[in-house]
This record gives sequence, structure tokens and C-alpha cells, in this order.
Amino acid sequence: MADTESAVSEQVPQGNTDQAGDTTRMNMIQAINSAMDVMMARDAGVVVMGEDVGYFGGVFRATAGLQKKYGKTRVFDTPITECGIIGVAVGMGAYGLRPVPEIQFADYIYPALDQLVSEAARLRYRSSGEFTAPITVRSPFGGGIFGGQTHSQSPEGLFTHMSGIKTVIPSTPYDAKGLLIAAIEDNDPTIFFEPKRIYNGPFNGHWDRPAENWSKHPAGAVPEGYYKIPLGKANVVREGEAVTMLAYGTMVHVCAQVVADTGVDAEIIDLRTLVPLDIETIEASVKKTGRCLIVHEATRTAGFGAELSALVQERCFYHLEAPVERVTGFDTPYPHSLEWAYFPGPVRIGQALKKILKD
Amino acid sequence: MMESDVASDAPTNLPRPDVSGHNMPRLSLHVPEPKFRPGDAVDFADVEVPPAGSVRRPDTAEAASQFTDLAYTLVRVLDEQNQAVGPWNPQLSPDKMRRMLRHMATVRAFDERMFRAQRQGKTSFYMKSLGEEAVAVSAAHALDAEDMCFPSYRQQGLLIARGCPMVDMMNQIYSNKGDKLQGKQLPIMYSEKRFGFFSISGNLTTQYPQAVGWAMASASRGDTKIAATWCGEGSTAEGDFHSALTFATVYRAPVIFNVVNNQWAISSFSGFAGAEATTFAARAVGYGIAGLRVDGNDALAVYAAAAWAAERARTNAGPTLIEHFTYRTEGHSTSDDPTQYRSAGEPTAWPLGDPITRLKDHLVAIGEWDDERQAAMDREVAEEVKAAQKEAEKNGILGHGLHQPLDTLFDGVFEDMPWHLQEQRQQMIDEEEASGRPWARK
Repeated sequence: MADTESAVSEQVPQGNTDQAGDTTRMNMIQAINSAMDVMMARDAGVVVMGEDVGYFGGVFRATAGLQKKYGKTRVFDTPITECGIIGVAVGMGAYGLRPVPEIQFADYIYPALDQLVSEAARLRYRSSGEFTAPITVRSPFGGGIFGGQTHSQSPEGLFTHMSGIKTVIPSTPYDAKGLLIAAIEDNDPTIFFEPKRIYNGPFNGHWDRPAENWSKHPAGAVPEGYYKIPLGKANVVREGEAVTMLAYGTMVHVCAQVVADTGVDAEIIDLRTLVPLDIETIEASVKKTGRCLIVHEATRTAGFGAELSALVQERCFYHLEAPVERVTGFDTPYPHSLEWAYFPGPVRIGQALKKILKD
Repeated sequence: MMESDVASDAPTNLPRPDVSGHNMPRLSLHVPEPKFRPGDAVDFADVEVPPAGSVRRPDTAEAASQFTDLAYTLVRVLDEQNQAVGPWNPQLSPDKMRRMLRHMATVRAFDERMFRAQRQGKTSFYMKSLGEEAVAVSAAHALDAEDMCFPSYRQQGLLIARGCPMVDMMNQIYSNKGDKLQGKQLPIMYSEKRFGFFSISGNLTTQYPQAVGWAMASASRGDTKIAATWCGEGSTAEGDFHSALTFATVYRAPVIFNVVNNQWAISSFSGFAGAEATTFAARAVGYGIAGLRVDGNDALAVYAAAAWAAERARTNAGPTLIEHFTYRTEGHSTSDDPTQYRSAGEPTAWPLGDPITRLKDHLVAIGEWDDERQAAMDREVAEEVKAAQKEAEKNGILGHGLHQPLDTLFDGVFEDMPWHLQEQRQQMIDEEEASGRPWARK
């Protein structure tokens, strides 16, 4: 899939790399692991907690080796209660620690909503900053692994809708590490959704072709040390003139493949952070191209694409040459066997591209 | 700024209590650790196993406050000589015990076959119940066929024992064209209303308050049916578990709570659900619910406890929480590898034996069974399972692509399909035609 790689930007984003150290090949799980490792070494207040994250190292292995290195009081298994995990993280944060709780699958985050929405997201505001919740909630999300409706969901729109909580979604190992470090250092609560379909490789949407891994992808080269990618800064992964494509997570790679396959001169923007959103980059791009296609895997109605569409319409209306388009998952639960009919893959994106360029 | 108007850190003139220096020595955080990790020799000598028949059997109308002793022991019926003894002996006929034995053996054969099918790439996922067969099978035999079950994902024994055709279960596992759930659910997330089996959720313990609600509805309508529900010991930590117990005690709901304590929740041992400090049956004490702790590998004890709890529920005497003390012999699921986090010696060292072997040995001991008949039965159930698999695979397997008409994706989101779903359905069909993919209508 050399096409995909050339389509995804050669210019790997550079944060503060003074302490970044040597670069090595990592998949996204290793990069996430490395981010926590780096932060636990730098800050004794960073604690990692969640179901199966301790001795076992997590069901996706994202916390492998951390308990052995930092001990059981800093990396620990928790009871199976998501509201408890987040509530305890808020309390530890109130003490002054910097908890990084894991929710094993985003589909299991709902029991934690009260602690996230009513507590973590509101604590700074309601206590005039006396108490804050500097927690980073990691959670694998998204489909494409035959996980059925309870291991495939993309609930980011629930959190972007809530004031007081940041939402970050990486699309590469390099970004995952830099963004996770930034999220852990951030003094506000952050939801860090990890697209599990691309843990091991940059999935291009063609489920029936051989899987790729990160070993040859430019963003699979990850510094071993400390570096940050600022929250709220998007990444232009491909510059283009014909249309702006807004995506995040897995869909960045699917978009890149469609662009490579169709030859459309699209500008692909990987949002990386949904809240706070890099509106400047979006606005500049859409004003340049005059067209905007929004792509996400989550369900359509009141999804984050609706917010993006409204923002583009409000800020770029007089530059638009075609209506803003959305490509999304359908408004159904995530199905098991019909997974690939549900997934907003290359065909759906290609059709939308054709439509938006026709006008 | 309004700083001067709001409370500050400045002390008031009021006298304050002594506020520092009370905590000596320094605090330390306790993080539970299982006794055995990979490579460790296993010795379960500290697992307390009271003799069979030694635990009292209270009247089913006894006040919930009187159950503390029963929450900290183990109700056991089958003794070391394979005899059924004591007040909890349910005095089952040999025929009934043979049926239970056959159902457990069928579950085991079914699990073995479907696990292998997943390994062969025929489906995406499977969960065995090896070593825990009695928990579901005995309960199904003790309950009335009309009682409603709200299971977790490891009670396939309920379906087998209630007569659900194995072909139907396999069709669901394969998400094939015979799957009445239309391939929408992960394998083993059955829904079988005709067998009193609620739709399984992948989210943990959500079924607990639902079972209470069903039982409350039955009671409020003057019905005669009761509800039973199951969860693992790990998921007793979920808030839903505690909500369920609160509602059940408040409304004295006719419901049976089963906690299947199989020691492991994926990689987390029962200590992460509180087992270092108390038992799961003892959760009942604080809620004012009758609590029983039962040898979950003793099919007769499980039966007796379920029958006891059912009578209590049927007579408006309230809910019961039963902890089934058992052991998850294999991995959590086909996605799990238990050798990564627990000693390989645990399954064989488990002091409560195997539920099938124990019931078989009892039947042999009372002269109602023998090794030849056991071997013949094993062959028969293996053949039945094999035949069912062959039949189910005629409807397709997941590994061979899609077996559902594409537009079924949109069925069942709502009773009536709103415009936006109709539009999306059309979009999907257009997309399918444009793609030229082979998964058109089959």
C-alpha cells in the first residue's frame, strides 16, 4: 500500500523534541505505552489504573511492563466498575495526583458518565479552581474488529457535547504518544480515545486486503523520550486544492487511501483534538478549497460532524462552492456480521467526494 | 476581582481542633495480589471447604437478618464418598440426576466444538463454561420453565437444559442466515424469549436491575413467575449490582441473584472485587437479603439452593443472593490467554473438583450409573453436537462472509423506520451496487 504512505504526510509533526531522544519503530500500542512510561518516570504523581491494566498489562497490552517498573501502587488493577474507576480518579486528582484511568472499551464508559460529566468536567468551574480533575481517560474505541455492538462504538460526540472536558483522538503512533503526553500534563480532564482498528497498522478501509502494520509508515517512527503534540492543533496530512477532508482516528487513513485511489487533489486534515478544536486550520483550508467533506465512523445524527458542519457553514459560507457533506456510520447500533456494510469505507467516501466535486 | 468577598484560607478567630500529627505511622496503600502467578506451585489448602451436609437449611420464610452464618460457609451435598447428605440434599430421582448429567455433558461438548470452530476461523468469538456447567444447568432444573432468566454470557447451560435447539444457538454463533438475530450480535449473546432467556448484553451486570424490574412487574400483576439473574464475581463491583439489590430488598422482589464466583475476571482475581475481605454471599447481609454460599461444582447443592430461593421468592418472602463458589477452568474467552497471569496448576488443584465427574460418581455410587453408560452418553452427546454443527453450517459460517440481506442492518433500530434511516438504508444499497462487492443479497 505504498499509495497510502505517500498520501499520508511525509512531514511528521514536530512538537517540543528537545528531550525526545532516539527514534524507534513503534505500533500505536507501544507508543501509548511509551507515553505513560515517560510520564511516570517524569512525574511521581502519574498513576495508571483500570481493569486488567496491572500484572496482565491490559487486554490490548497498552500498559504491559508498567506495573513491574513502577510498582503496584502506581499501576493497579481495579474492580470492574467504570463509575468507580473515574470517581476514584477524580478523587486522586483532587489529592494532587495525575491519574490515567483506562476504560477497557469505550462501549463500557457509560456507567462512568456521571463522574465524567457532572464531576470531572465541572469540578474546576464549580470550585473556582480550588479542585481540578487532571485526569486522562484512555479508552479503545471504534469498530472494524468484529466486536459487535459492545466493542465497536465511537461515543466521542457525547463528550464533545459536554463543556469542561477535552477530547483527543490520535491517528498514528507518533501522534498517539505526543498527544497522550500532552493530555497527561494537561490540568483538565481529557478523554483519549484510541482507534483500536489502527493499533497495529494504518487501516485503509479495504477490509478484504492484507493488513498493513506500522513498520513502514513514517509516523511509526517514534522518539523514545519526551515530546508533546499540543492539544488543539490539527495536522494537515495532505495539502490540496480541490476539497478539504476533515477526519480523525482510523478515518484519516481511509480518506488518504480514497484520495490516493481517486487522484482527487484533496486537503486532508487530521483534527487530532476535537475539543479544543483547531478552527483556524479548518477555516483556512475550507476558504482555500471551497468544499468540505467531513468523515467519521460514529453515528451521524448529532455526531461531531454536525458541529463541524455548522462551524464551517458559519465561518466559511461565502467561500463554499458546494454544500458541506458528511460521511459517517449509520444511525444503527454497530452490527456484528454486517460490520463492513456499516463502516464508512472507501466507497461511501468516494461517492461523497464525487458528489461534492460535481457541484 | 471579588476575592475579598469569598472565603479565604485565612483562619477565623474561632477555636479550631488540633489538626496535625495524628497519623503515625505513614499510610500505605493496599493493592490485592493473587496467591499464585505463572510458574508458581499451587496449594489451595487455605480454601475452607466445610464437610458436605454440615450447613443448616433454614425455613424459606426465615427473616433475612438470620443468614449471616450461611453467607460465610459453603452449602455442600455431595460428600467425599459420593453420597448426597445433609439437610440440603434435594432428594432428586435418579432420572432427574441423569438428565442433569446429560445436560452438563452436552454443554461441555457444545463448548468444546464451538471453541474449536472459532479457532478454525468459522466465527469471531466464543466463551466456554468449562467447570461451571452445574451453575446454569442445575438452576434450570430447579426453576419452573416459565421463570424468567436474565443471564450473563456464561450461562449457555440454561438454554441447553431448557431445550433450546443447539442448531439455533450455533446459527447465532455463526451469524449465519439461520441466525434469528440477523448477525447483529456478537457470538453467544443469545436472545431466547421462548426459553425464558433475556437478550444478553456485553455490558456487565446491566441484567441485574432488569431482573428485579421483571420480578416486580410479575409481583405487581399478581403473576406466579419469578426471575433469576446471574453475574460474575468481578462484576458485582458494578453499580447496577448494588442498585438491583437495593430495589430487590425495598420491594421484596421475587428474584434470585446468582453470583458466579469463578475466581477470575479476565486477569483480575476475585480480590479485586472484594474477596480478600469477605464473601460475595455476604453482600446480601448489608442489603437485608437472604444470602447463601454454595459449592458451585456440586450440582445437587446448586439445585437445592436454587429450589430453596425459588420457594422463598414464590411465597413473597423476598429475594435471595446465591454465591456459587467455582473455578473458571479456562480463559475468559477465545480472546484471552490465562497462562499470562495465573498459574497453570490452578485448574487441576481446585479443591472442589469437576461438577460432571462429581454427579457421575454419585450416580455410580448409588448404583444408578456406570462407566460404560457414561462413555456411551459422552459419545451420544458428541454426536448430537456434531450433527447440530453440520446442520448449522449449512446456513453458513461467519468466516465465509455475509449471510444476511444487507438492509436488515436497519431493522429493529425502531419499531417504525424514520425518514433518516430510510435514507441511510437507500444510501447503503446504492453503495453496495456501486462497489460491485460480492456481498449483495443472498
